[in-house]
Amino acid sequence: MIYREAGQFKTSYPADQAIFTLSQDRTFMWVLFAVLFIALPMMATEYIFQAIMIPVLMYSVAALGLNLLTGYCGQLSLGTGGFMAVGAVACFKLATTFPDLNIVIVFILSGVITAAVGLLFGIPSLRIKGFYLAVATLAAQFFLSWLFNKVAWFQNYAPSGTITMPPREIFGVLVTGAESSGMARYYFTLVIVVILAFAAKNLVRGPVGRSWMAIRDMDIAAELIGFKPFQTKLLAFTVSSFYVGFAGALAFAIWLGAVETAEAFDINQSFQVLFMIIIGGLGSISGSFMGAAFIVLLPIVLTNVMVGGLGMEAVTAKHIEFVLFGSLIIFFLIVEPLGLARLWQITKEKLRLWPFPH
Amino acid sequence: MTTLHDVFVLPFKDMAEAPEFFFEVVIGGLTSGVMYSLVALGFVLIFKASAVFNFAQGVLALFAALTLVGIMNGQVPIFLVDTGVTVPAWLAIIITAGVMVLLAIAVERVVLRPLVNQDPIIMFMSTIGLAFVLEGVGDIMWGSSVKALDVGIPQGNFMWHGMQLQVFDMWAAGIAAVMVLALAIFFQKTAIGRALRAVADDHQAALSVGIPLKSIWIVVWSVAGLVALVAGIMWGSKSGVQFSLSLIALKALPVLILGGFTSVPGAIVGGLIIGVGEKVAEVYWGPLVNGAIENWFAYVLALIFLLFRPQGLFGDKIIERV
Amino acid sequence: MTPSEPAERDTDIILECRNISLAFGAVKAISDVSFDVKKGEVRAIIGPNGAGKTSMLNCINGFYHPQQGEIAYKGKVRKQMRPYEAAATGIARTFQNVALFKGMSTLDNIMTGRNLKTKTNFFEALLYWGPAQKEEIRQREFVERVITFLEIEAIRKEPVGRLPYGLQKRVELGRALAAEPELLLLDEPMAGMNLEEKEDMCRFILDVNDEFGTTIALIEHDMGVVMDISDRVVVLDHGIKIADGTPDEVKANQNVIDAYLGVAH
Repeated sequence: MIYREAGQFKTSYPADQAIFTLSQDRTFMWVLFAVLFIALPMMATEYIFQAIMIPVLMYSVAALGLNLLTGYCGQLSLGTGGFMAVGAVACFKLATTFPDLNIVIVFILSGVITAAVGLLFGIPSLRIKGFYLAVATLAAQFFLSWLFNKVAWFQNYAPSGTITMPPREIFGVLVTGAESSGMARYYFTLVIVVILAFAAKNLVRGPVGRSWMAIRDMDIAAELIGFKPFQTKLLAFTVSSFYVGFAGALAFAIWLGAVETAEAFDINQSFQVLFMIIIGGLGSISGSFMGAAFIVLLPIVLTNVMVGGLGMEAVTAKHIEFVLFGSLIIFFLIVEPLGLARLWQITKEKLRLWPFPH
Repeated sequence: MTTLHDVFVLPFKDMAEAPEFFFEVVIGGLTSGVMYSLVALGFVLIFKASAVFNFAQGVLALFAALTLVGIMNGQVPIFLVDTGVTVPAWLAIIITAGVMVLLAIAVERVVLRPLVNQDPIIMFMSTIGLAFVLEGVGDIMWGSSVKALDVGIPQGNFMWHGMQLQVFDMWAAGIAAVMVLALAIFFQKTAIGRALRAVADDHQAALSVGIPLKSIWIVVWSVAGLVALVAGIMWGSKSGVQFSLSLIALKALPVLILGGFTSVPGAIVGGLIIGVGEKVAEVYWGPLVNGAIENWFAYVLALIFLLFRPQGLFGDKIIERV
Repeated sequence: MTPSEPAERDTDIILECRNISLAFGAVKAISDVSFDVKKGEVRAIIGPNGAGKTSMLNCINGFYHPQQGEIAYKGKVRKQMRPYEAAATGIARTFQNVALFKGMSTLDNIMTGRNLKTKTNFFEALLYWGPAQKEEIRQREFVERVITFLEIEAIRKEPVGRLPYGLQKRVELGRALAAEPELLLLDEPMAGMNLEEKEDMCRFILDVNDEFGTTIALIEHDMGVVMDISDRVVVLDHGIKIADGTPDEVKANQNVIDAYLGVAH
């Protein structure tokens, strides 16, 4: 009842192809923006920024990237951690080598560098598909991890093997470094993420997105229609790696401030982001955000309940977390392979009728 | 400064100058290769029979080993209380084998049956979920500390042609050989083996000719579980039962790529090549780049292989139809 | 087919397959098959199951590469066609087992048929507003004409995976038509349809042939359809051509009758 679309006629193709075609959806987005931009920062503490908001935003970018490659284009990648590392290290080297370079430019360049690396590791997709390609991405993951650990140049020869982001400002406000405030970093990240999400949505609703989905669904038929599978897949690798590298740079510079590259972006990170898009919804932009939020929030909620509430040991809580995550993955794959995004859609469809049963 | 000479000439000189050492390295590689093969065998079984790539195979080995140790030490699961009873190795192995069969039944019911006929990628991702669940459950049941495992495989070393070899490694090779033989016979000669191959080809078609998918899968996962048990025993005896066992699963992927996903002999050969390749690379080229080549060598080798021979050395060629 | 009067025939014939042989290992799918397709005609390829009909289409498309023989399309002779070339030079196709993109809607599926006519570069696509949007509208307008033609307006936003088989086949035809093909290859377009659906499909095929002059080569098992709508028929059996002519000629051909009735020869 609330959600019905009766009476909303689109009288032009642009209106029909808009991102939010229903006025209820549009209202929802305005409310969401109001919450994110105004209400939340007013109420949030430094802890909430650091432990929840910023990592959710950062992981959303990583999830977006992986979703473009795996969800939309059907190329499974287990190298997300490695590519995030590329972004982080690129950000570090650029920031330390060119101290006057604007931080946004640094981030963009980090993304571009990661895109180039992603392009390189995407070349095997010319000849291999499916699991085999996943192995190629594993090669990327382990090789890159090892590379950044062993070659001291990447860490600016720091003896501890840790890279630290120097302080940077934008419009006179510190957004990196120990002195920056949670709120400043949050706003900065939020604006960037909105832009990136918008760009991603534009890509997937146009011919680029269709070419990716065609390759995903039936690459042989797609080729016979005139799509070029190799170029399409390479483009997916490139764009996806840009996003993932960007996320890595955000993780390093804005969220953590300092990382030990071998540990922070290991194979577990790759799995985490993969879980985000499975649970959030493969092939869905909004799903990437939902999945990221879910995976970031769940351990926090669990720990608070189990350790704080039930008095369990932290180690046991961690084990239960594993079991829960694994079970959730299996559950979602069985019940709703299209993830939270689809569940959300179904809810909306039910809302069209509610309170009527049918 | 590393020169081309250092990379392309010196290592081979070193090999030629100290051949006994080189052979020791090779044999060391062969033995770790045998270990990889044992895990890869489990993969091949499940893939051959159900076209599912079981990411959880390594965790199965870990879980089996954990259960075995726990039973041998007479511990009560979850509460980790010592009952003071110790169970002899042979009995514990039988009990653990039973546990693995029960596990196979559970996996079929909870994971495989609901996902029948889904995309292979979906099945693969569900096994990733399964790996996490098993790992968590294993840790909760038996605790996550490193445990020693001794089922009575002879230890000690001996000299042969000027090289020092391990008795244990000989046993490992022997056990692996027996397993491969048994599995090869199983697949080629028995009716169940034929049915398994049918299922791997097409779930729906197999169902339509009356092959009981459910029982087939229970059989396969049980056998894979037993293979995992053997792998777990071998690995656990050699380096202790610990979490890193599950990471072996990842190493098995390059093994399968080299050997072919559907080939039992391929798993062995692939494992041996990876094992030797890794060790030799680490010992002779590792020092040039500060070590730890083992982390990525197997994957890069697999990647190169993929570019030239995607079906592996022994795998089936894939023909696409429209 | 005699090699005389080449000048006349060249403008008349859009596709010619000469001595095509295709084998998969020991299995000979096609043995020395030659036939031609005239511009603007409806050419049927028929034969019992396993005759090599789909393999023939796959060769024309460039998906299979025949070991022997050549294909002359629009005057250019090729030993091997590449799928992209086939699509780019105006060959479109439907498939025996509906090869739609199951994850997309009807509209999006047909839009993919326009991919070779869409000229949006990557950065324009990122921005969407501006040239990309205009291009999208332009393509949408064309696709809507196809949708109206095929009478599938009601299902344009449905994910194709959920459509009944008959409608899926129609959407697949739409995707092929969206490419504005000169040569349309249809692989059993009526399979699994009831009488009404078949009549609709026939109407669409004939309309396309009439209005746009599109040459049609179709594989079909329904003899009634074949006799009704085709101009000429070629008959394959076990990879060999056993007849070639008008529907009436072929119907009376003893070899054809034997092949279908299963007489050993």
